[in-house]
Amino acid sequence: MSTPDRKTAEVRHLLESGAHPVVPAELAYRAAELGLRMLHRRRIVRRLMWLLLAAAVIVFVVWAATVQPWVAPPSTVTPPVDGL
Amino acid sequence: MRERHSTRHRRRTREFEAFVAGAGGRLLHAATLLTAEPVDANPRARRLLTSALAETYARWHRLRGEDPYDRTRQELAARFARAAWRHHRPAVPGLPRPAAETGLLARLTPQERLILVLRLYEGVAEEQTAATVGLPVDRVRAICTRAVTAMRSTPPAPPAPAAPAPEVAT
Repeated sequence: MSTPDRKTAEVRHLLESGAHPVVPAELAYRAAELGLRMLHRRRIVRRLMWLLLAAAVIVFVVWAATVQPWVAPPSTVTPPVDGL
Repeated sequence: MRERHSTRHRRRTREFEAFVAGAGGRLLHAATLLTAEPVDANPRARRLLTSALAETYARWHRLRGEDPYDRTRQELAARFARAAWRHHRPAVPGLPRPAAETGLLARLTPQERLILVLRLYEGVAEEQTAATVGLPVDRVRAICTRAVTAMRSTPPAPPAPAAPAPEVAT
């Protein structure tokens, strides 16, 4: 009867032992190339997001300046006070 | 500016290549254990490792003292878990396994493999494994115990699976 620790050690040994795969020579090169492509893609996406944000801010400012939604419209309900 | 950029890029590539030269063997072995492919025909493991390493490369200057090995292992585990979830093939006992899965851990499910490799081969702590896999710690412990039992119940015959688990094939 072996303890759980023994079993674990056995399986660990099993994982460690045995043939190891051969590392392909171009692994680092390919990974670096792929990583560089990832960086470029991310940079482009980031730029696009900033551009979009800038465009949204500009559109909002122009809209706010022309419409001026904080100004209350002149009242059309009260009749003009004249003839008193 | 461009000059500085290219020096930085070259230094990063040099450091990265040194890292891969040192850690590549162990990481590729771990990846091959995960995909349960034979040691000499492991295209999935290579692809998995290449993309995980690419992520490490892309973050090289933002690691901030974090071990690139840990980072890559984390990425490898996450990518393997995602891929296993996408091509979710329940391992039905009795049905033949996919042809590529004849490696050492072929009799385990992808989740069991992931936990076994992280806990025993990589020696990652239980809490961190649980965080990586997204399960509670006691579930991780239970799955690890189950995987260890499964690995010991059938004698390992990785090169020639002549007797593919007779008690399972009912």
